Amino acid sequence: MFKNLLDWIEYRIPMMRVANMHAIQYPAPKNMNFWYIFGFLATIVLINQIVTGVWLTMNFVPSSEGAFASVEYIMRDVPYGDILRYMHSTGASAFFIVVYLHMFRGMMYGSYQKPRELLWLFGMFIYLALMAEAFMGYVLPWGQMSYWGAQVIVSLFSAIPIIGPDLVEWIQGDYVISGATLNRFFALHVIALPLVIVILVFLHIVALHEVGSNNPDGVEVKRKKGSLTEEQKTKFKMHEYYTSKYDIIDDVVPFFPHIVLKDLVAFAAFLFIFCYIMFFAPGMGGYFLEHPNFEIANPLKTPEHIFPVWYFTPFYAILKAVPDKLGGVIAMFAAIIALFLLPWIDRGKVKSWRYRCGFHRWNLLIFAAVFIFLGYLGGTPQENWKIIASRIGTIMYFGFFLLLFIYSRNENTKPVPERITK
Amino acid sequence: MSNVSVDTNDSSVNDNQPQDNPRRRFLTVATSVVGAAGVVGVAVPFIGSWSPSERAKAAGADVQIDISKIQPGQMIRVIWRSKPVWVVRRTPELLASLAKHEDSLKDPNSEQEQQPAFAKNRYRSLKEEYLILVGICTHLGCSPQHLANGAFEEYVEGVDEGFFCPCHGSKFDMAGRVFDGVPAPLNLVVPPYQFVDDNTVIIGSEAEGAA
Repeated sequence: MFKNLLDWIEYRIPMMRVANMHAIQYPAPKNMNFWYIFGFLATIVLINQIVTGVWLTMNFVPSSEGAFASVEYIMRDVPYGDILRYMHSTGASAFFIVVYLHMFRGMMYGSYQKPRELLWLFGMFIYLALMAEAFMGYVLPWGQMSYWGAQVIVSLFSAIPIIGPDLVEWIQGDYVISGATLNRFFALHVIALPLVIVILVFLHIVALHEVGSNNPDGVEVKRKKGSLTEEQKTKFKMHEYYTSKYDIIDDVVPFFPHIVLKDLVAFAAFLFIFCYIMFFAPGMGGYFLEHPNFEIANPLKTPEHIFPVWYFTPFYAILKAVPDKLGGVIAMFAAIIALFLLPWIDRGKVKSWRYRCGFHRWNLLIFAAVFIFLGYLGGTPQENWKIIASRIGTIMYFGFFLLLFIYSRNENTKPVPERITK
Repeated sequence: MSNVSVDTNDSSVNDNQPQDNPRRRFLTVATSVVGAAGVVGVAVPFIGSWSPSERAKAAGADVQIDISKIQPGQMIRVIWRSKPVWVVRRTPELLASLAKHEDSLKDPNSEQEQQPAFAKNRYRSLKEEYLILVGICTHLGCSPQHLANGAFEEYVEGVDEGFFCPCHGSKFDMAGRVFDGVPAPLNLVVPPYQFVDDNTVIIGSEAEGAA
């Protein structure tokens, strides 16, 4: 009976074929480690953001008069409203945590290198869309930090020569950030950008499955057709989409159940942390939800300190480090563009840092540390030493890319093993 | 397909590329151009819709303020185009002090167009006594704080009154001129304004022939 139903469907739409190809009989390298859970977690968080977002929209009032009060209404009067909102706000920060770790994984194991350049680019576009989505979402509660944060970010565009001031007015729909701005940010946050993100995630996964997953050894598991003996080929049944084009080496496991179960364990652990923060520290000491945002937006009074939410602070520190306005904006965007160009900046042929030179390992670790340090500098009150520190940090940030470009040309690498090592 | 096609071109029977001939090429180009023009036309309402609405423009109209009650040294804030506008009645001592720190200013002579022509002077005002500024930092749009009675000395030695932006530490003197070594690139904006009589100012427009 059930079999008949499946056959009936399969005859009309390739449901099982797609499921087999992309979720069940997808060959995943067997050495995927801890660092390979964040793509799955990001997907889960995306679903969380969409579902809780839809529910929040049911009670949110997108107007400068009603927004702040409606958020209070959600928090106090709507049944489970506080839980839904905290799921959404904690989810936003969790999204960036898993995405940053996901990106770092890609950098450690060279997952952006040929042939995965486009995969990396789709990922970077997701990151960019996510930043826009998070920024606009943060404006919606119409608190002090929503308002003044929006003021600072939108003003960035005024640094563009000639068209800058008009462009800012066009973005705002008024001479200042106002209800018109709030309404359009709501429209973009709730429908336009989520659609873009979902489409990009789809493309990201399609591109991943076309080139195949990288792994901590950076060893290719798909080999040229006919290059492997029957002994060397995997004993698992993989989808013929892959086996018809390649010989798959015996270092892979099918995505289901092996990888899915591993990801579910990670998901359970993730939920412990997520729920702890959501229930006991949803504001995360002012980092996830900033204190001035519990006060309604007031265009005549700037809060004493203005910071973006933590996930933007590294770039904010770069913006502030440059003493020139246009220069600061250019440096900030260049910091993001440099990440986009990583597949071409890194001229190395060896993917994983396990087999690259020791200098590369240090370069990457220092880069990660500088990124976190810049985040600290951009997210705490201005002090004189911090300006100097953020200038040094900015130089080191770009230094990572410059050094990588130089030494990756003729790098002293270790031999990459023929097969995955355990 | 090829056996029903009328204008069969032998070289391309086996692929699905359209047959090429001058008339078809012309039609393709013409259709593309018309289509592109259509796309541009359709884009107009979507892009134009983001500009300030009539209501926003009306709310951005001129405002008239009564300055008769401002005491010397006092500052009032009014709203024009939803922006804070400061009106300060400066004391003669304060006006005299403005010349002293000009070495440490980025643009002491207001060379950059941040004011109507009538305010391109040391006091950046129409009448020396009254300073009228848009209270939004030229760095990233925060509203600086007015620090008086020596409170400003903490930030600039020897200058006891000025404006300090809490966001990124930009500093301005009591003519809205920016100090060196801060992120703000420009002096504070002086809005267009005119005196109707000694006690009334209109913010948002200049008098005819004012210079």
